[in-house]
Amino acid sequence: MKTLLQRNIRDRIMESLLVLSTIVVLLPLIIILVHVVLNGISALNWDFFTQELGSPSRAMQGRPTGLVHTIIGTVVIDFLALFLAVPIGMGAGIMLSEFPDHKLNPTLRIMNDTLNGMPAILKGLLAFVLIVKPMGTFSGLAGAVALAFVMIPIIARTTESALMSIPWSIREAGLAIGLPRWRVVLSTVMPAARFGLVTGTLIAFARAAGEAAPLLFTSFGNNYLPNHWLGMLLGPVDTLPQRLYSLAISPYSHWHSMGWAAAIVLLVFVIFCFATARYLTRQKH
Amino acid sequence: MMNLIQTITSKVPVLPLFATSESRQAGGAAEARTSTGTSGTSGTGKAEKRMRMETHDLTVRYGSTVGVKNVSLPIYDKQVLALIGPSGCGKTTYLRALNRMHDLTRGATVTGSVLLDGKNIYDSEVNPVIIRRRIGMVFQKPTPFPTMSIYDNVVAGLKLVGIRKKNVLDEVCERALKQAALFGEVKDRLNSPGSSLSGGQQQRLSIARALAVDPEVMLMDEPTSSLDPQSTSRIEDLIHELKNQVTIVIVTHNMQQAARVSDNTAFFYVGDLIEYGPTSTLFTKPKETRTEEYITGQFG
Amino acid sequence: MTLDNNNPANGSKEAQELLRRPPSALYRWLGDRIFAVVVVMLGMSIIALAAGMAIVLYGEGSAALRQFGFLGFVTGTTWDPAVQLVFGAFPFLFGTVVTSVAALLISFFPAIGVAIFTAEYAPRWLSAIIDNLIQLIAAVPSVVIGIWGIFVLAPWMRDNVYLPIFTWAETSYPALLPILGNPMGYGLATATIVLSLMIVPFTTALAKDAIKSVPVAQREASRALGATKWEVIRMAVLPYARGGILAGAILSLGRAIGETMAVAMLIGNKNTLPFSIFGAGATMPSVIVNEFREAVETLHLSSLMAVGFTLFIIALIVNLAAAYLTRKFSIKGGQVV
Repeated sequence: MKTLLQRNIRDRIMESLLVLSTIVVLLPLIIILVHVVLNGISALNWDFFTQELGSPSRAMQGRPTGLVHTIIGTVVIDFLALFLAVPIGMGAGIMLSEFPDHKLNPTLRIMNDTLNGMPAILKGLLAFVLIVKPMGTFSGLAGAVALAFVMIPIIARTTESALMSIPWSIREAGLAIGLPRWRVVLSTVMPAARFGLVTGTLIAFARAAGEAAPLLFTSFGNNYLPNHWLGMLLGPVDTLPQRLYSLAISPYSHWHSMGWAAAIVLLVFVIFCFATARYLTRQKH
Repeated sequence: MMNLIQTITSKVPVLPLFATSESRQAGGAAEARTSTGTSGTSGTGKAEKRMRMETHDLTVRYGSTVGVKNVSLPIYDKQVLALIGPSGCGKTTYLRALNRMHDLTRGATVTGSVLLDGKNIYDSEVNPVIIRRRIGMVFQKPTPFPTMSIYDNVVAGLKLVGIRKKNVLDEVCERALKQAALFGEVKDRLNSPGSSLSGGQQQRLSIARALAVDPEVMLMDEPTSSLDPQSTSRIEDLIHELKNQVTIVIVTHNMQQAARVSDNTAFFYVGDLIEYGPTSTLFTKPKETRTEEYITGQFG
Repeated sequence: MTLDNNNPANGSKEAQELLRRPPSALYRWLGDRIFAVVVVMLGMSIIALAAGMAIVLYGEGSAALRQFGFLGFVTGTTWDPAVQLVFGAFPFLFGTVVTSVAALLISFFPAIGVAIFTAEYAPRWLSAIIDNLIQLIAAVPSVVIGIWGIFVLAPWMRDNVYLPIFTWAETSYPALLPILGNPMGYGLATATIVLSLMIVPFTTALAKDAIKSVPVAQREASRALGATKWEVIRMAVLPYARGGILAGAILSLGRAIGETMAVAMLIGNKNTLPFSIFGAGATMPSVIVNEFREAVETLHLSSLMAVGFTLFIIALIVNLAAAYLTRKFSIKGGQVV
């Protein structure tokens, strides 16, 4: 039988352990962020944002080299992926929320949850088989499709959730003045849910923007900027996550520094999107 | 492709959007049938009483539970019909069958017929969307569309079906807001959000929104139960005005309100229509014991 | 308000005309039918996507699976793309299971600790900050953790942890050496360490939700019996929340299994068993990353696809288990990023 003193001591010990856990978990995060910034900041120069990568000799000889083509490629592919993913994801979300009795819905939910939990690399493999193999070449299009596969389940889930949070009475009010269902959904329900819809899309975008694995076998990478914009869609393209990986495992130290700089850019990009989503969520309340 | 569209659209209703004078006569030619139990034909003393709507053996089931059973009622043109009864008696279920709102409820089945100007609104070639323009509805809790201004709320029923000419919308907006006795209070801030109004004003906004599409019948589901007494009496005054222009069916759990605003009353109990008659008669000399018990407050 | 054409209160002729005109086909059933068809097709494309993934991975991997048999493939220990052209995926299966389970075991208690701390002890403002930081862990892209691992963690671990242990074992306990393996810095241990950090947010988020949803009545009952704060947590809160905690753990396991880039960059890429703790190894995602771009033999590619298929099956099972548990204990799906 423990005395009150012993129990109180045990309480204190547990509390310290809990604080320790928190520190143990958060410290590595801080360390990582600090290292990324410290190591990368010096390489974030004008050249970084304006030059192409070129061959390793460029860096070794000290000629200007940078990742402008990577940044452009990232933006193009990410937004193309968004463009592909939003209709499908939102369509599925609308189906789940506005047609709740549809008999395919349980299947759809399970399949969507499954897709959500699948490693992104498998989505890259799927895009490889569906797009790269028939096209015969790696391409920005394939990369965008792979990222769309990553975004779709997230958008579907968040859309369903956002639409379901709108009370049914809004829909009834629309129907009662003689609006057809599609008008009710598109013009009264979805605008009312716009915060949730936008934040869900942002989150999906940010998740996909950080993925490298699916891009390794789809957009593959390119040390140069394609000549024509069509070349971005139909040929290999560089993107930040994939390029970061290549630079990190390369044997050239100047490329390593650029890798750290790329890490800063990618980190800022992704965190900005997540933070905006968070901010919007809080704004709503 | 055109053939496909033609085939699809040829199945779409022949029913005109609004009653033309011909169909009005056709509706008037139908006999005024009343419900089981009472006559109530000459009680109000009106010179001509035409039926705008009527139901025959209307039954609504949710799965295996019965909401209302075999209700046959006349709904006279430009009069107010009140539906009263204790909670769960089916009055709201009945009301919602009148504009096919049950189409959207899972597992709800509607049998029997609901006639608007003599034509059954549940016929297969009738488009419920068009029905709901002719038969409008106001709900217990006012729900202005949250992202729209007062103006946009009122004209939503027009704008969102493609009527966009500004002069028409302006005119309809003013007309509807005046009908709903709200115009004076909001005419200087038509662009502020619909949600910025008070509860009573929001309800009148909902009424204006429903009136904007020029319906022939207005269904009201306990429109004042979430409002304060002042707003309540304003809306009751409104109903007195409106009935010269629209036929009204109102569900209310407040008997005094029913007595104040309606011309005819129907009393429901556990899914059955117990009694129907002119309001004055039903409240002073009810024919059924159950009715009398309810009216005298012995239950409900 | 019906058609008394002489009644000026009805409004202008133009308004009346417009209101009276039947709406265009788009606004009748046609519009609703088109809408329903489009929406359902979009929904079905997700079903097609999920099914497609299974079919495609199996299809592409079928050459290898037919050659070695599914069981043979999954239990085969030789992966030799160079000489024998024999492909057995067991090393990667082993690597995945070992790293994921180890990562879960390492991260479980700290993650729960954070959840309890933020839910029960920390003041509101601190909780919010900690929550955001935990979410940040999940937001950091895997490649970024990978590059940090390569240039910071791996050398540090080698110099300050592995090497000392190795030299100690060399002198005092040589029997341990084969298990420990060569302390290069890259290997199973380093990969497992980053993996444990990366999966913390998932356990923490669901555990915290579960803890917060324990009804006040439970806590008060324990308090009333004279329990101290920790005792209340241990006796009343944690048992009640164990469903959500378990769901969080399984979700974390699912994420660990699929985690690709950081692991691929740190695990050292050794395709043959036995693996040692400090030595190089491989997981299913890491071998795909490390070999796919260079694979030329059809059988090699097919085998990699078959590894993908195996990964798919395992991830499917784990995620279904997590989904089932989450629904069973009706924790809202976790706001995890």
